[in-house]
Amino acid sequence: MTAPKTIIRFENVSKRYGKVLAVDDVSLSIEEGEFFALLGPSGCGKTTLLRMLAGFETPSEGRILIDGEDVSRTPPNKRPVNMVFQSYAVFPHMTVADNVAYGLKVDGVAAAERARRVEEALALVKLEGYGARKPDQLSGGQRQRVALARALVKRPRVLLLDEPLSALDAKLREAMRSELAQLQEKVGITFLFVTHDQDEALAMATRCAVMNRGLLQQVATPSDLYEFPNSRFVADFIGSVNMFEGRLDVDEPDHAVVVSPDLPTRIFLDHGVTGAHGGAVWVALRPEKIELHKRGDGWPPPVLEDTPSGCNLAPGVIRQIAYLGSESIYEVAVEGGGTVKALRSNLTRRDQEDFTWDEPVWLAWHAWSPAVLLS
Amino acid sequence: MAGAALRERPGPLDYLSRWPIRAWLWAVVIYLYAPLVTLMAFSFNVSKRNIVWRGFTLDWYKAAFEDSDLITAFGNSLTIALVSTLVSVALGALTALLLWRFRFPAKPALEGALSLPIVVPEICMGVAMLVFFTEILPWPTDLIWPLNLGAIIISHISFSFSFVAIVIRGRLASFNREFEEAAKDLGAGEWRIFWDVIVPHMRPGLLAGALLAFTLSLDDFVITFFTSGPDTTTFPVKVYSMVRFSVTPEVNAASTILIVLTVALTAVALRVSGNAVVAIEAGEGL
Repeated sequence: MTAPKTIIRFENVSKRYGKVLAVDDVSLSIEEGEFFALLGPSGCGKTTLLRMLAGFETPSEGRILIDGEDVSRTPPNKRPVNMVFQSYAVFPHMTVADNVAYGLKVDGVAAAERARRVEEALALVKLEGYGARKPDQLSGGQRQRVALARALVKRPRVLLLDEPLSALDAKLREAMRSELAQLQEKVGITFLFVTHDQDEALAMATRCAVMNRGLLQQVATPSDLYEFPNSRFVADFIGSVNMFEGRLDVDEPDHAVVVSPDLPTRIFLDHGVTGAHGGAVWVALRPEKIELHKRGDGWPPPVLEDTPSGCNLAPGVIRQIAYLGSESIYEVAVEGGGTVKALRSNLTRRDQEDFTWDEPVWLAWHAWSPAVLLS
Repeated sequence: MAGAALRERPGPLDYLSRWPIRAWLWAVVIYLYAPLVTLMAFSFNVSKRNIVWRGFTLDWYKAAFEDSDLITAFGNSLTIALVSTLVSVALGALTALLLWRFRFPAKPALEGALSLPIVVPEICMGVAMLVFFTEILPWPTDLIWPLNLGAIIISHISFSFSFVAIVIRGRLASFNREFEEAAKDLGAGEWRIFWDVIVPHMRPGLLAGALLAFTLSLDDFVITFFTSGPDTTTFPVKVYSMVRFSVTPEVNAASTILIVLTVALTAVALRVSGNAVVAIEAGEGL
């Protein structure tokens, strides 16, 4: 195993449109062979960042390096990257084969070599035999494959994908997710894609960068983003979360306690909190990490083996149940007026009958489950 | 059974199965095409007067083909139409590209000026051309054919290129800039992008514009009347002078030839451009 090689570097890149700062001092490295996702809500600057890499926008400040070479001022047709556009932009007046061959033709690749590589690229995206068709005879998914083949046939250093799955219907989107991941593995080219859909990013990417208002919020693997978010924005943007604002009551190296007005009980953590300076802290707790237990006469309070009793056990009443088939989401009202969402997998065919509306319950969670956020 | 019963009652959009609508349709068709059919039919009439049918003959076609003035005028018309179409399509396409692609200080002024030849009454254009070609740019009348048609060609271009530019501008509005970016991303420079991506997209507009320019030029009377000299008569002007003496079936014959020619040209142009869908798209561009 050789050490991963950096292929793309953004160095303090900013982009201004008049007074609006679309991309704000972003520094980011992407390594060879990664399937990298730029994730964020619309208008967060992710597309601008991608377009700067492709060459359609020039950074106002900072540098962009591909293979160590500054390409900030290089026009798009001279960069070793190719893009799959959101609308696919398959040329409607050319056949599928002509579309795929276009980039090679512009580069002056000989006809025989061109034909061979087009054939190869079409096979790669499973469009053998479609070469003579016109784009209007293809489905949306097939057009996307043409766009993929057209970009891959040029053997770019990096393949850029702008919202690759947003125009497909739900079933096809899911199939395409795994297919894109397989394709990337097969060709070994670095993929960089932009998406606003967190599921898409988590499912496909090896690493994600979350952006908000032009700023890079966090760069991490999908599971680290989900389990160890570094800010309220990331915790909230990725998945669903219960957020409790409070202050640190106890902060020792091996445990900490947060008091929040949103919860009737204190929140016990089995680790210290570094970097807190007496200000507000936020405790982010994913709904699936909360267990529901029966509360009331004849039901003793649950004891979680690893949790010091009484700490992470909050009484509440079920107010709302959303049955989603594979799981149910319970909205539980707790003392103090807040609601806590708890998710319960329906492991057997009768699980959804365990709890009902207005039932008193205990909410229980482990001391290591919540993420403590300082911003 | 119920389905069959339902089908017999026309639905709200089944207009053509109701007889009043059908009668209306035929009334419109007759109103539009009866004059043309009559014109063509009487070009085969033995009688010199376009009133009663006295038998079939091709003599009027023979007469028309032997009328050297008429043939010259016809040739002039086609030449003028062809040249002015080529030039106004080129000019119109470039103007449309300019307005679509660039932002510059005089843009609103140019856009306004572009529609002037369309809104200004033709008679004013004609008089203006007359003044222009006598006072400012006197066009020599003794040039050899086809250079002597220059004044008419220039005046035809001056009004038809606006139509072409507006048609193509409309077509360009539907251009997805991602096509251009995709071509650039794949390595194409500006010149290649223009020929490989932008021109193919413009094609229906170019064709519609060309058809428009050709027919505008071919049947223009007013402006041509003011700019044509004694040796540079066009077909419409010649027909007008013939009608002033008497309406003979010779005029009918010549007109029939012109109609058949334009219809055939339009059909060929639509064929070449692919299919009727393209024509519809071009129409949307308007």
